[in-house]
Amino acid sequence: MFERISPVTTAAGVKEVLRRRWRPVERFIEGWIFLAGILTIVILLGIIALLLKEGLPIFLYTPPWEFFFGSRWYPVSEPPTFGIMPFFVATIWVTLVATAISVPVGVACAAYLAEVAPAKVRETVKPIVEILAGIPSVVMGFIGLMLLSPLVQSIFNLNTGLSGLTAGIMLSLMSLPIIISVSEDALRAVPDDFRQAAYALGATRWETIWHVSIPGALSGITAAIMLGVGRAIGETMTVLMVAGGALAVPVVPTEPMMPMTAAIASGIGNAVRGGLQYQALFAIGLVLFVITLTVNLVADRVLERQKRKFAR
Amino acid sequence: MKMNSVLLNEKTVIQSQTKLKTEAVSLYYGSFQALRNISLEIPEHAITAIIGPSGCGKSSFLRLFNRMNDLITGVRVEGLVELDDIPIYDKAIDVVELRKRVGMVFQKPNPFPMSVFENVAFGPRRHGKHNLGELEDIVEKSLRQAALWDEVKDKIGQSALALSGGQQQRLCIARVLAVEPEVILMDEPCSALDPVATLKIEDLMRSLAQEYSIVIVTHNMQQAARVSDMAAFLMMEDDRAGVLVEYGTTSEIFTNPKDKRTEDYITGRFG
Amino acid sequence: MMTRGLLKRQLSQRTAFSLLIIATIIVIVPVLVIVLEIIANGASAISWDFLTHAPSQAGKAGGILPAIVGTFYLMLGTIVFALPLGVMAGIYLTEYAKDNWFTRSVNLAIVNLAGVPSIVYGLFGLGVFVLLFHFGMSLLSASLTLACQALAMTVTTSREAILSVPREYREGSLAIGATKWQTIRHLVLPQALPGIITGAVLAMSRAAGETAPILVVGAAFLLPGLPQSPFDQFMALPYHLYTVAAHVPGMPKSTIWGVALVLLVVVLSFNIIATIIRLKVRQRRLNA
Repeated sequence: MFERISPVTTAAGVKEVLRRRWRPVERFIEGWIFLAGILTIVILLGIIALLLKEGLPIFLYTPPWEFFFGSRWYPVSEPPTFGIMPFFVATIWVTLVATAISVPVGVACAAYLAEVAPAKVRETVKPIVEILAGIPSVVMGFIGLMLLSPLVQSIFNLNTGLSGLTAGIMLSLMSLPIIISVSEDALRAVPDDFRQAAYALGATRWETIWHVSIPGALSGITAAIMLGVGRAIGETMTVLMVAGGALAVPVVPTEPMMPMTAAIASGIGNAVRGGLQYQALFAIGLVLFVITLTVNLVADRVLERQKRKFAR
Repeated sequence: MKMNSVLLNEKTVIQSQTKLKTEAVSLYYGSFQALRNISLEIPEHAITAIIGPSGCGKSSFLRLFNRMNDLITGVRVEGLVELDDIPIYDKAIDVVELRKRVGMVFQKPNPFPMSVFENVAFGPRRHGKHNLGELEDIVEKSLRQAALWDEVKDKIGQSALALSGGQQQRLCIARVLAVEPEVILMDEPCSALDPVATLKIEDLMRSLAQEYSIVIVTHNMQQAARVSDMAAFLMMEDDRAGVLVEYGTTSEIFTNPKDKRTEDYITGRFG
Repeated sequence: MMTRGLLKRQLSQRTAFSLLIIATIIVIVPVLVIVLEIIANGASAISWDFLTHAPSQAGKAGGILPAIVGTFYLMLGTIVFALPLGVMAGIYLTEYAKDNWFTRSVNLAIVNLAGVPSIVYGLFGLGVFVLLFHFGMSLLSASLTLACQALAMTVTTSREAILSVPREYREGSLAIGATKWQTIRHLVLPQALPGIITGAVLAMSRAAGETAPILVVGAAFLLPGLPQSPFDQFMALPYHLYTVAAHVPGMPKSTIWGVALVLLVVVLSFNIIATIIRLKVRQRRLNA
């Protein structure tokens, strides 16, 4: 259509300028970026591999049935026995206590912040919750030791205030921030249209919260609870300092007990590297890893679904 | 429609060289065909307008020339696209170098969150120019070419985000000019601007056409008639693929269209 | 006109709201009690000597300088490893990763890593850094262990910060012939920097408070001097607190509270710094 006079420089010359450049600096940096991306997978696989390598051998010595359901943990007796029931039941007790407190309180607080509280109150409370989230677990354990344990001891007339109940109460404080924050997000994600519709039908604010907001945010609240449970199961220092450390299978929460995390922490210092106790502790680590992994994965899946539910 | 007297006359346009060419080009986003079998040649040192109703693929077509479509996953181009007789979808082509030669101005002005100076100097810096004196010269030259220098010369160190919409768009044009392109692609450059700013940019386009080749996508027919030398009318067929209905000089398209669909669009019967 | 039914419903609402408020109070009161008790009981132990001298008499007297120094070394070591890798992984996920199984695995790995209990990270650090790599019970092993734990957080915050940079900036840069990495380095990263730094500061705050991993990897209780190299042993505030609170008989109470106070101050001040940065960013974005 237009005259096609060849350009002043030859076609080959111009082509040369447009030829693909090898940019070594770019490639180098992009290589590192890619490696960094892989790193997360490498670390996760590394954790799994290590736990398996160091922990599985114990099952050559103690059959799995005895390990998981035996209640005698005597690593230094002759012959040593490794049954983790005391630890497993202890974890269940402290988690139960923690959940029983943190779920109703946390969800109620979240409902208050998301649906009822005036902005000024919200702006004051949220930083306080963040401070709670920032308190290190060792400090929580310390407070439990100094303040809560004597209280529990006197109220329940116990020999010692170091018990699953004390630990559970301190754990509930640690689970609260995540339950509150995720539940609050879930409630705020419920579109306002639903609430408006309820008001238009004559519902009170509370009725709207109870019948519209909370059901709408239910999957997010469920995820919040799961994350809180995961936190309680995986917490070490608080239970190490406050749960009591007794080796019997606990029957009531007011007994002193030793959850799985504390068992590992207290035993690992003395265990001979590569010895049976060492292997057994790594095996407990493996159990812990699997449990918390499952809980967190399910919670994440639920959260994704909640996000998609109201995505606009 | 009155044709602007500054436009090249038809004889001059036909004597131009081809700058960009497409031959039987089709564009797919995954399995969806966005463009079908488009062939045309775009002249050098002129303004070519791509017009047509919304959604017919004008922007997608424009982005063929600087391969910005590559950024979308699943995109596929069939056919030939050439810059100065060089096929730009060839594996041996450096896309980054291509985009230096074929610059783009976007619909919504997108100045970087930096000072006016830094915005214009961004391109040259990336291409290796770091001498401050040289950069200052380039920045001033580009801003003058973009008819913005007088308005910003006293606030060249201030944030570009503080400029008005029209000024921001001229800044984006200056930013493109600073890397010394050969072609400037403009994707509805005035649609986010007020009429006064629009006219300023149209004047700017005409002065730039003497040195650069300009391809502009616009849904504003009056603008196309005012500003362009050549016009390509694209339309969506029933399967939503865009096709080239008619291509010719602007005066031909607007006063004597050959295809009925072109005539219908020009006279406002649809679109 | 108030019907009986409406009155009853309003009463329920009032009751319900009271319960909600009570719940909130139940959340707030312990926080205030904890912070105030620590300040009240620990303030008396704080003195210039306490903060600048080493412990004596098995920790019952003297100061906690080595623990403070050790904690700062740990924070530094954690961020030196976790931040660059976290930012690069964040860049990978936002700018380079395609939507395929590999990317999904990386994202999955990050979620998993965030949920691993800290004691398990301790075991990992013991097995890999202390034993396998022969770094021993050192600052290096502990920093690497804490860095692994921090990685999930630095990747996530970096990713969010980078995603928040508008797409138009990238398009504008690529369209004038800048390369992808140039666009990231000169446009995207500077914009994302405040968010990235917030994440880094939070990670440091967390590292300061972590006890379980360093307990396993081998923090020390009483050392004669400060660590001179990454391969040296170290003291740290959280471990010091744990030991003096639970394992040293005859420890003066105020000293223990003092340690808790110092630790709390360190952790909370980093949290506050992070919050300030976050607020400044939000302010800047609103002004633009």
